[in-house]
Amino acid sequence: MSHQSEMIASDIHSYLKSQEVKGMLRFITCGSVDDGKSTLIGRLLWDSKLIFEDQLAALEADSKRIGTQGGEIDYALLLDGLQAEREQGITIDVAYRFFSTDKRKFIVADTPGHEQYTRNMVTGASTADVAVILVDARKGVLTQTRRHSFLVSLMGIRHVVLAINKMDLVEFSVSRFQAIREEYAAFAAGLGFADITVIPISALQGDNVLLRSGRTPWHDGPTLMEYLETVDAVHEIENQAFRMPVQWVNRPDLDFRGFCGTLASGRVQPGDEIVVAASGKTSRVARIVTMDGDLDEASTGQAVTLVLEDEIDISRGDLLADPLARPSFADQFEARVVWMYEDALMAGRRYLMKSGCSTVPAAVTALKYKINVNLLQHEPAKRLELNEVGVCNLVLDRPIAFDPYAENHTTGSFILIDRISNATVGAGMIDFALRRATNVHWHTEQVSRDIRAALKGQSPCVIWLTGLSGSGKSTIANALEQRLVQLGRHTMLLDGDNIRHGLNKDLGFTEEDRIENIRRIGEVARLLTEAGLIVITAFISPYRAEREMVRNLLPAGEFVEVYVSTSLEECERRDVKGLYKKARKGSIPNFTGISAPYEEPLSPDVTVDTSLVSADRAVAMILESIGLNR
Amino acid sequence: MQLNVTHLRQLEAESIHIIREVAAEFENPVMLYSIGKDSSVMLRLALKAFYPAKPPFPLMHIDTTWKFKEMITFRDQMAAEYGFDLLVHVNQDGVRQGISPFKHGSALYTDVMKTEGLKQALDKYRFDAAFGGARRDEEKSRAKERIFSFRSANHRWDPKNQRPELWNLYNTRVKPGESIRVFPISNWTELDVWQYIHLEQIPIVPLYYAKERPVVERDGMLILLDDDRLELQPGEQVQMKSVRFRTLGCYPLTGAVESAAATLPEIIQEMLLTRTSERQGRLIDHDQAGSMEKKKHEGYF
Repeated sequence: MSHQSEMIASDIHSYLKSQEVKGMLRFITCGSVDDGKSTLIGRLLWDSKLIFEDQLAALEADSKRIGTQGGEIDYALLLDGLQAEREQGITIDVAYRFFSTDKRKFIVADTPGHEQYTRNMVTGASTADVAVILVDARKGVLTQTRRHSFLVSLMGIRHVVLAINKMDLVEFSVSRFQAIREEYAAFAAGLGFADITVIPISALQGDNVLLRSGRTPWHDGPTLMEYLETVDAVHEIENQAFRMPVQWVNRPDLDFRGFCGTLASGRVQPGDEIVVAASGKTSRVARIVTMDGDLDEASTGQAVTLVLEDEIDISRGDLLADPLARPSFADQFEARVVWMYEDALMAGRRYLMKSGCSTVPAAVTALKYKINVNLLQHEPAKRLELNEVGVCNLVLDRPIAFDPYAENHTTGSFILIDRISNATVGAGMIDFALRRATNVHWHTEQVSRDIRAALKGQSPCVIWLTGLSGSGKSTIANALEQRLVQLGRHTMLLDGDNIRHGLNKDLGFTEEDRIENIRRIGEVARLLTEAGLIVITAFISPYRAEREMVRNLLPAGEFVEVYVSTSLEECERRDVKGLYKKARKGSIPNFTGISAPYEEPLSPDVTVDTSLVSADRAVAMILESIGLNR
Repeated sequence: MQLNVTHLRQLEAESIHIIREVAAEFENPVMLYSIGKDSSVMLRLALKAFYPAKPPFPLMHIDTTWKFKEMITFRDQMAAEYGFDLLVHVNQDGVRQGISPFKHGSALYTDVMKTEGLKQALDKYRFDAAFGGARRDEEKSRAKERIFSFRSANHRWDPKNQRPELWNLYNTRVKPGESIRVFPISNWTELDVWQYIHLEQIPIVPLYYAKERPVVERDGMLILLDDDRLELQPGEQVQMKSVRFRTLGCYPLTGAVESAAATLPEIIQEMLLTRTSERQGRLIDHDQAGSMEKKKHEGYF
């Protein structure tokens, strides 16, 4: 199971060859002292033949002196490294253990289960692909099991083993096993794990750790080692878009200029186009340089040096990316933060944020809530204490390029550093940029509509009100604009008053002129969205074809059609301006609804009948449709 | 991150990332070069990290004056071949006091010639970061050491006040006088190191290979007769034995193992079939329980 001793002795060259294709897996074990976690890791090291005779002699002596197994070998003692914690009988920090089999090398993050758990577990989990969560078969799913599972989920680990330990103490009861499995599955359903593998084990006696136990004939899943040797924990990250934070600019002489970094995701080949996320400048990869020769391709996790075809300005902290799938670029975002320091996190205080290869001053502008890791509930909070987890808004002194943590752990993570003590005080996972224009990049060629909109912190659109004369369009439009301005949005209202008397005063009400009227209004509205504004229009605009024409002038999703559907009878009853009366008399030709047609929208974004709803309600409905109603 | 890359290439990439990060964020880093196999791997990784440029930091060797002669020869060869700046520091106070592992015992000797010597050198050159080739699998107290290990202005390590280390984001900030010890091969095991040396054909000090050498058996260890400072005690005699070293340090404190392994594959084979751990050949770990932890508190690597 462990090293192929026979091959080592008989044919070391073949053995070494076989080792050159071995993979690696990092995992974390979660559980308290009582769950037998140290015993399990000690068992894995022991069974993998990685405990040497001199260590064994020391272990035997220690087990007799301070062991908790009545003089039997206490595997836990193998792990507790520091004198202080040996004496207390608990581990106080994250320790990394190593063992390997013929298939894989394993790095185990071993973290304690007591009060400092959150800080330590989060640290250990940040580099793990898999989590092994231990429960005691006698106790089942406890508060701490839920806590550990939540933290594993928080850190984005998607592959989980629930190791039900101490099965020997419940007579290897299948019903006990199934009850725990079901309870856990019900609890963990919302945690976003890709898979949960449940294994009945006895770490002390070795059942289902490496070898299949004869005492659990009902268990048809893998042993723990079988699982660890075969689990495919590739984050699909190699197939994601290319990302490489620039760590170092390599310039030994004037003829060579290379950009050193580790690929955070995707692949890259010579000839590929790349973009510098912050500047928007693009170039192509000329060479992938390593000391072992140029590469035809580099993939996620490789540390390489890229030479580009063009001389463009790139320095440490820049993020190189696939131009077809650019990262976000923003200076404000929402993130989940784990606090790791005695002095609490306070909204308004400034820290240094290190993300990728850039370090930027940052402040927490709002602590939205904290998450009670025992009850998994949101709780209001003004500060975040050591070992607490919260959701907050951060604002940076300058924008950075990033991806949401859920998509990319490398480009979506950060640490917070205290500016005075230099301590690492927090760890964060970016959820999303707070400004809606997340895909804004500074293009060096010209100022774009995205940049103008980003300056205003909004997404431009045209809210197009259509309906009969007197249906209530202008009333709604005015109320809507007032509300938007209250919300800090930049707007422009186009209606008959400011269009018909100026730009379109040469047009009448024939069908031809009506079409030209709408065309011009559509063009003006489009220009105003280029300026980054939210445009409101209030025109009868009776023809579907012209409304569709305006829709097609704009990027998808930016034309919001609002049908003010108040009936002709009601409009005529109101007749605020006396127009219907005149039209009925025949003194206004081509009056919509009377002597000219109105084509109602087939699938408007919002429909309001002002005989049924108030203008305020109509405004709320429209805001909701553009995602601004909270 | 488990990817379709072998474990050695993943370890290599992680180490290169760490080395580049230090070069980028510190003003005055140095690579401590102990001439052993771990240092040889670390040196190779540094060359890879900055190719085609040279690593932007010097190598420094803390010479206790009791190193194996072959180590010193090898050190000078390497520095010349790769064009490194090599700084050699000797604690002259210790030399004047005539500190010797034979007369003063391993504990005092190590403290004066290694720990004090290292602190003197770091202060002299005002290095703010120093690479070391320590691995977490070497010894229990190392398992909890950070990759970036913060040291106070008087070089002390506080295991209860270490900075949490998440993802590959390393906090490199220090105040004037403070420094960080960086261990780029923290996650490598002894087997990984040997396999990498084999894969990359990295030159190592010939003492790692078995050969007939003159040795004296003392306190259960085989001590190499490296120079005439080793005074034979009554009953001791020099024997020619086929021996090699699993770890290299100061010759009076480093035991040889009897072995016929004269090639890299044979060394790896022997290591995999043997049942004693690597540091067992080192006298300094045996002095007292938790001795490595104590030394680290005081500033030892």
